[in-house]
Formats: sequence, C-alpha cells, structure tokens
Amino acid sequence: MNAMDIAVGIFLALGCFFALTGAVGIVRMPDFFSRLHPAGKNDTLAVTSIMIALLIRTVEYDYHWTVATKLLLIVGIIFVTAPAASHAISKAAFLDGLKPWTKPGDTEASNE
Amino acid sequence: MARRVSLLIALFAFWAMLSGQLDITVFGQAFLTVCGVISCLFVVWIASRMGIIDMEGHPVHLALRAIAYVPWLFWQIVLSNFDVAMRVWHPSRPIAPRIIRVPNTTRSDLATVIYANSITLTPGTVTIGVDSATNELIVHALTKETADAVLTGDMERRVKRLEGVA
Repeated sequence: MNAMDIAVGIFLALGCFFALTGAVGIVRMPDFFSRLHPAGKNDTLAVTSIMIALLIRTVEYDYHWTVATKLLLIVGIIFVTAPAASHAISKAAFLDGLKPWTKPGDTEASNE
Repeated sequence: MARRVSLLIALFAFWAMLSGQLDITVFGQAFLTVCGVISCLFVVWIASRMGIIDMEGHPVHLALRAIAYVPWLFWQIVLSNFDVAMRVWHPSRPIAPRIIRVPNTTRSDLATVIYANSITLTPGTVTIGVDSATNELIVHALTKETADAVLTGDMERRVKRLEGVA
C-alpha cells in the first residue's frame, strides 16, 4: 500500500461520506426547500471527490490522458447542471405557492 | 470574427481532449484530426448562421478573469458542503430556513446567471428565481447566518469583478 493508494482511499471515502450525507439530509430536512440544500450541494462534492480519486488512479496506472480529461469534464458538467436543476425544481415549487417551513418562533423569517 | 476564430479554437481543443488522436504521422490519426477540424468548422458555420456566437453564447472575454474566480468559488463550495453536512448530521438539526430577496446589480444576463449559480453552490443557499421587475434574486437560505453572508454582497462584488465592471 503506497501513498497513492492512501490518497485514493481518502478521496473515495470522502465521496461516499458526502453522498450518504446528501441522502440522509433529504430524509432529515423538514420541508421541500431545505431538502434541496443537501441534495444539490453534497452530491456535487461527492462526485468531485470520487473523480479526484479516479484521476489519481489514471495517473498511477498511466492510462491515456484522454481518460483524465473526460473525468474532469464530468466534474465541470456536474458543477453547471446541479445548481440549474435545484433552481428549476425550487422555482416550480415557489411559483406554485409552496410556503417554506420556518423554525417555530423565528419571527425574522418572513413568509412571502 | 475574432469570436468565431476563438470558438473554432475552443471547439478543436475540446475535440482533441476527447479524442486524443493527434499523432499526425500515423495515417489513421491524421485522417481523424482532419475530420475533427472539418466538424469544428461546420459547427462554427451553423452557429454563426443561427446568430448565437455573441457575448452570451461564447463568453471568451470572461476566460482570463475566470481564472481568479473559479478557485475561490470551488473553495466556497467545499466550505458549503462541510457546513451543510454538519447541519444534516447534528442531532438537533440547527437550521432556520427563510426566503430572502438579494439586490442584484450585475449588468449582463450572463453575470446574473453566474451569480445565481454561485449562490446555489455556496453555503446553505439556493436561488429560487430572479425578480426582473425589482432586479432582485429570490434566495432560500438554510440559516440566518448564510442569509446574512449573501446579503453582505461579497460574492456580488466578485461576480462584478469577473464581469469587468468593478
């Protein structure tokens, strides 16, 4: 087990942790809008960490460099599409008049 | 015209990244490279016929300043993830969601999109929509702190710097 293996393991574990956090967050959050936060964000970093781990592997095993560029491309596309999807879903709910959950007693949080 | 040339270069760089067939001393790869160049020229021709090669369709003028913006955004995303992960796993689930309206003074539509997209990616905030009548972004924030962080306008300044205004 060399340094590369350890780095790959750390990034894969981090990716799994964030993917799991996203899933748990969807269950634990109180309403639709707050569920979008773990769903939209943690998945982005989860995919990024897993791709970093795979990038290290492609360098280590001396794969053709096009493999690495495709992995980077996946990260780039996730970074653009994940917020766009979150925005589209939340806008649909907002226009439909869904009221966001607010903490009981939180007077500052205005419900428009 | 300069924008078309830069689109052609960008498309060919993209093609080269995906194919990797650039050893023109080998007949097969030279053939593929020529095919790639022809495809790129064809795409540029179609795009210019459609009139979509403009500031928005091919924002090459932002490329240099994006080098400063993207690493900062990436770091914010990492912080955001740890923050949201903490709130998900914390036993008492310390959140106080709210909807806020954020003034938006970016000039172009493209900068507004970059700003809204960045808000969604960073700590505990999701952009719901743009109110073009009052020029405000409607943002759902997970906590009061994250709402205040957006309202300080630090990110807006950075987006405007990216846009080249401030």
